[in-house]
Amino acid sequence: MKNISFKIDGRNCTAEKGQNLIEAAKQNGIFIPTLCHFKHLNPLGSCRVCTVKQNGKTLAGCTINVDEGIDIEVNTPELLDTRKAILEMMFVEGNHFCPSCEKSGDCEMQNLGYETGIRYTRFPHLFVDRIVDARPERIVVNQNRCIKCKRCIEEIFTNDGYRVFNFTNRGNKTVVSVDYEQEAKLSEKQAEHAMHICPTGSILVKGKTFSKPFGDRQFDNSNSDKNISLHDIKKHKSTNKKKKRIATTSLAGCFGCHMSLLDIDLGILDIIELVEFNKSPLTDIKKFTKRCDIGLIEGGCCNTDNIEVLREFRKNCDILVSVGECAIWGGLPALRNTISLEDCLKEAYLNSITSEEGETVIPHHEDIPKILNKVYSNHEVVKIDYHIPGCPPNANHIWNVVKNILFDEEYSISYPDFKYD
Amino acid sequence: MERKRLLTRLWQFQNDFGYIPQVAIKELAEELRVSKIEIEGVISFYHFFHLKPTGKYIVYLNNSIISEFKGYSEVKASFEKETNCTFGEYQKPLFSLFETSCIGLSDQEPAALINFYPFTNLTPLKVKKIIEQLKNGENIVKIADNPSSKIQFKPEEDKTIFFRNYKLGESLKSLKNNTPDQLLKIISKSKLEGRGGAFFPTSTKWKYCKESSSLKKYIICNADEGEPGTFKDKALLNNLPGLVIEGMIIAGYITGATEGIIYIRAEYMYLINMIENTISKFYEKGLLGNDIYGIQDFNFSIEIQIGAGAYVCGAETALIESLEGKRGEPRIRKHFPTEYGYLGFSTVVNNVETFALAARIIELGPEFILNIGTKESKGTKLLSISGDVAKPGIYEIEWGITIKKIIELSQATSPNYIQISGPSGECINNTEFNRKICKEDLSCGGSIMIFNRYRSIVQILENFITFFMVESCGICTPCRAGNQIILDKIKKLKRGICTTKDLTDIKNWGKIMQQTSRCGLGTFSTNSFRMALDKFESYFNLKISKCDADCEIEFDMESAVFDYDQLIKTTQ
Repeated sequence: MKNISFKIDGRNCTAEKGQNLIEAAKQNGIFIPTLCHFKHLNPLGSCRVCTVKQNGKTLAGCTINVDEGIDIEVNTPELLDTRKAILEMMFVEGNHFCPSCEKSGDCEMQNLGYETGIRYTRFPHLFVDRIVDARPERIVVNQNRCIKCKRCIEEIFTNDGYRVFNFTNRGNKTVVSVDYEQEAKLSEKQAEHAMHICPTGSILVKGKTFSKPFGDRQFDNSNSDKNISLHDIKKHKSTNKKKKRIATTSLAGCFGCHMSLLDIDLGILDIIELVEFNKSPLTDIKKFTKRCDIGLIEGGCCNTDNIEVLREFRKNCDILVSVGECAIWGGLPALRNTISLEDCLKEAYLNSITSEEGETVIPHHEDIPKILNKVYSNHEVVKIDYHIPGCPPNANHIWNVVKNILFDEEYSISYPDFKYD
Repeated sequence: MERKRLLTRLWQFQNDFGYIPQVAIKELAEELRVSKIEIEGVISFYHFFHLKPTGKYIVYLNNSIISEFKGYSEVKASFEKETNCTFGEYQKPLFSLFETSCIGLSDQEPAALINFYPFTNLTPLKVKKIIEQLKNGENIVKIADNPSSKIQFKPEEDKTIFFRNYKLGESLKSLKNNTPDQLLKIISKSKLEGRGGAFFPTSTKWKYCKESSSLKKYIICNADEGEPGTFKDKALLNNLPGLVIEGMIIAGYITGATEGIIYIRAEYMYLINMIENTISKFYEKGLLGNDIYGIQDFNFSIEIQIGAGAYVCGAETALIESLEGKRGEPRIRKHFPTEYGYLGFSTVVNNVETFALAARIIELGPEFILNIGTKESKGTKLLSISGDVAKPGIYEIEWGITIKKIIELSQATSPNYIQISGPSGECINNTEFNRKICKEDLSCGGSIMIFNRYRSIVQILENFITFFMVESCGICTPCRAGNQIILDKIKKLKRGICTTKDLTDIKNWGKIMQQTSRCGLGTFSTNSFRMALDKFESYFNLKISKCDADCEIEFDMESAVFDYDQLIKTTQ
């Protein structure tokens, strides 16, 4: 094959004529993210995460074959944002609960989320109820996580050439369905192959999901994870006489983020030299006594009290930060968002095994908060200035962010500090 | 069995059993040597195929915006009441009720298909009568309505192209004395462009196919007219099926193709007998078959393929996939169908109107056409006009006609919002009525929906976005997820808790969908919405709270606690 030269973002590149752009870019040291493109498979052009520009026109990069003199734009601010938006669409369309996902750390989509720096999604989460299909012999298909990339459909065949997966339905109801009969013919190795090519945790092989422990997985970057250091705090002591004030609260969360807050060990001694806590479970101050510089919110809003507290925080704090997955988009409490409130409460209080018919009621009293129809993310209720993802975020990371916000320092968050789980 | 017969076979099962039973799926899978899920994948893509038993009478009620404004919800309620069935459910032996997107009867809405027979201008009273008659076992053929659309307007005699006298085979006389090259030159000279809405030069397309070294070539007539508000192809097939067929034969002669396929949407099932009869007439007269007109080795045949309910199959590569017996997912933009089309062969796909016009060009000569229209748009155009007008129907207009004139001709009352070329087209407001329908100004695929100032624009846009969400093929992220996300915003808009920021979001997000979608469906789905936000700014400003970038977010506490309050009320 003939070698040709072409340009990416003005940089000269060479590749074989007709080579796929994604591969060609990679060889030239340029990364174009993609979730559906897969080695020998024909370009599928389904995920659109590889969107690039050629002659001012947006195109899926995986559908371009390089040719002499073509000029491709990849990393312009606009394209970076567009690709990020498509990933965000995937996050809101499915129900991606990283903290409870078996594939976390091994998930290409999660990794791209880190790579592109998604802290929260600009789109509202859709919370569509989807099934987890455990009927197949070897695998479990979790529709909550499927992004319809089509890889498994095009790649997984039985030895006698039958498809195991296929799309069914259409439009927003499109799902990847399994042919149970054919799936049963897959060897253990073939099934594991299906799991590995799935860019999310949608296809899992029964009994094989935890074969590699969390922390050692391909996208974990585990070494650096432990090494997030608490940035130097002491230097601020002399320059800042007045202590900054912080308020914290846990709404629909588990207090895990607060635990993490305290997880800086002796660092806390340095921090209280710089800041004082106002309203916070840490101080047990119930009401704001002074205006605060920063409010740290753990958890989302699941009841009317959460909304009130959050609004109060907005009123009394200059800067609000959502800390952790639940605060950012609902997190684990939002597992209920795909089910109607009626079903949830009836199941919990009226139809549970321990409740006797006619003997139990759904709790309600003017003094107890009302349960909302779904768990809301904080930025759906008030304006939130910053988001710190993680479940929980690393203690040092939280304080680094807080410190940098308080003292107005530029701070770019490197990949290993980023976590959704 | 060949895979390309799959849709036809599925129709047989659907018609014989009212659904496609598991045994049939097994049988088809074995015949085709594919897994059953592949067959199910095809069945579930098309909404006229069912996997569960349906009743003796299947009602498909149109839920397009025109229908909505003309009494859809009352008619729907009436169907449910009279049949004692629920829409979308499979339970009763006699009736099954489903919604469907536009069925090409926008001039006679609300309309429904019952076992694919048309019932138009429905009212609750009329529904009651129809259901009674069906229950009494009356012949459905006898009680069905005439679906013909009225031809409301055509230009003066010497400017009418389509709806003039038609004599079967007239255009084909030229074949004998002209070489394919000469005919192509005539088509090229007349500047014929694809009338499906893309306006790609027809002669270029035919030339690509002609020059292709493909072993076999196909001419496909795209009669999958699914764009809501469009019914002009239906009118052509109904009134001038021969003209369309002649156009296909001419295309075959020019390109060297020997097989033609008319891919017609199932919504027009009632036209098929008549089209088949016309095709037979052509065979009888030696205008189809072998050595047509005695021209040696000029062989051309035409068959009909019925779609099964999927708007996206109107996109040419999706249509080809569908013809091949697959899910109608548009192909990636890599090859023209003239390079790699149906079954991998060079294929010409053209709209019904394009073929009809090609036949007229050959019959009347290019000068006739070139004298009509504007500089860029030559000849006349068929428009389907519907909405708040006294005279809905088919209009043959000369390119360059103003919107004002259309409003006058169709006797529209207080027009305010006009949708050009259907939901994927564009909208105009009442300051733009001087604009002209032509390439230089407002290009139009064939549908004009006129809404008066009492109609809710949000309702129009909600209907459009819902349509795209349901009709998306589902394969690419921005279209599949994007339409759901935009719909979420519309719901917020309706609840009255939107701010200026939400409208900016819609514009930005719509643009992302436009840039990144795989085919035209996602590309154009938010087009009208984004336009409407600017063109009807004062309307939208009344629906939102205006604020700068730093404003308070509105949170609808009332609706957030509504479910809980209701539940407590009902369980105490």
